[in-house]
Amino acid sequence: MSFKYSDKLMRHFHNPKNAGKIDNADGIGIVGNRSCGDVMHLYITVKNNIIVDIKFKTLGCAAAISASDLLCELAKGKTIDKAMKITKQDLVELLGGLPAPKLHCSLLAIDALHKAIEDYTIKNQLK
Amino acid sequence: MKKVYLDNAATTKMADEVVKAMNPYFSDKFGNASCLHSFGQEARDAVENARKIIADKINAEPEEIIFTSGGSESNNLAIKGIAYELKGRGNHIITSKFEHPAVLNVSKELEKQGFKISYLNVSRDGFIDLEQLKQSITKQTILVSLMHANNEIGTVQDIEKIGRICKEQNVLFHTDAVQSFAKVGIDVKKANLSLASFSAHKLHGPKGIGALYVKKGITIKKQIHGGSQEFNQRAGTENVSGIVGFAKAVELMKEKDIEKMNTLRDYFIEELLKFDGTSLNGSKENRLCNNISVSFKNVEGESVLLALDDKGIAVSTSSACTSAKLEPSHVLKAIGLKPEDSHGTIRFTLSKYTSKDDVDYTLNSLKYVIKKLRGISPE
Repeated sequence: MSFKYSDKLMRHFHNPKNAGKIDNADGIGIVGNRSCGDVMHLYITVKNNIIVDIKFKTLGCAAAISASDLLCELAKGKTIDKAMKITKQDLVELLGGLPAPKLHCSLLAIDALHKAIEDYTIKNQLK
Repeated sequence: MKKVYLDNAATTKMADEVVKAMNPYFSDKFGNASCLHSFGQEARDAVENARKIIADKINAEPEEIIFTSGGSESNNLAIKGIAYELKGRGNHIITSKFEHPAVLNVSKELEKQGFKISYLNVSRDGFIDLEQLKQSITKQTILVSLMHANNEIGTVQDIEKIGRICKEQNVLFHTDAVQSFAKVGIDVKKANLSLASFSAHKLHGPKGIGALYVKKGITIKKQIHGGSQEFNQRAGTENVSGIVGFAKAVELMKEKDIEKMNTLRDYFIEELLKFDGTSLNGSKENRLCNNISVSFKNVEGESVLLALDDKGIAVSTSSACTSAKLEPSHVLKAIGLKPEDSHGTIRFTLSKYTSKDDVDYTLNSLKYVIKKLRGISPE
């Protein structure tokens, strides 16, 4: 490993504030697979089109865990539309940069959020 | 905060005695060993004394030891040196799938140049398939290069057995003994070795110094051209202080240190395997005295490494999660470990300075770290 993670990233890694599972979540996004090393589960609770609660469970490296935690922080309290506008670049910048081989970790977090919102949208339409 | 260093396969702390032995050769005894005056001769004596200590350790003659800049150079010089020297006789080299990159990447480079390389399989418990070795040797085979001890999983190959096979088939045998040197006994005659690579910084010596054993009568194609140092096989002013430190480190490694590490290793493994979802990589027997390679289910190696680092504990991952392709370690792949287990693999490597207290602190910290990471991991 010939790179160094930022202090901010390491704070998210050591003390993730949003780790956990939401029972009866309104939407769940699952991405990644074990053979690639990263698996992310993202849970959202939505009220009046706003993400009022969001939690993650991640098996992965420090970049994956901190990206998950930061994403939850960013998405919480946002409307679905605004949450959908969070980009990979936002995460990378706020994490103080990521080395090239770790960029996919931020993408994975965004994917998980999109899948959770998609899951919510489908379930909501069925109601 | 308590600091525990368990990455001794990467590099080791220099022994105080080594630093002390080297110091005069940076200042008062600064001579160039190739010079005839007293300054030069003082350095020459130190180099030759060191050469003898290293030769004695492996039952070789001093003139069979060439000092190099380290393990990677030794492996390059051995393999390229033989390949280029003997290419008129054959173009086939045999190695294994779980060699160090300093052997694997030299092999790949030679492949580009038209050499044929056979990469032998490795068993689930970390041993090279010797039947396949026998079957792979052809009339075109000029060299067999198989590592003595593996750097990731610590398994030690039976080089005397390999040496017998090579002797029967009249093929030269090189071993990368960087991890095993001074930890596992090596007798170059009993093992029928033609070449063997060594490094100082894995045994409390300095970085930037290593050696290559080249059996008398074997010619290798020189890789660094210049002066006629090192029996005209490797040019460059001798790294006198490094050479002195290397020999001192070899002298310092005693049987009781190895026994201490063996006991601590067994205790560590026994305690680790009591954790849920852990498995040892590589055989328990024929294993380096300081290597513990363990796969933890449902955690990622890098996260374990960084969480332990936060507790002052230095370890290594085997999984190359940093590579763009996210390919797991070639060693773990070679022994048939599933990718998901490779990703959760941690290597702990002890030294003679590691105490039981260090191991207990690590075990306690690990319990906390693994529980925490599994807690945030999907089931």
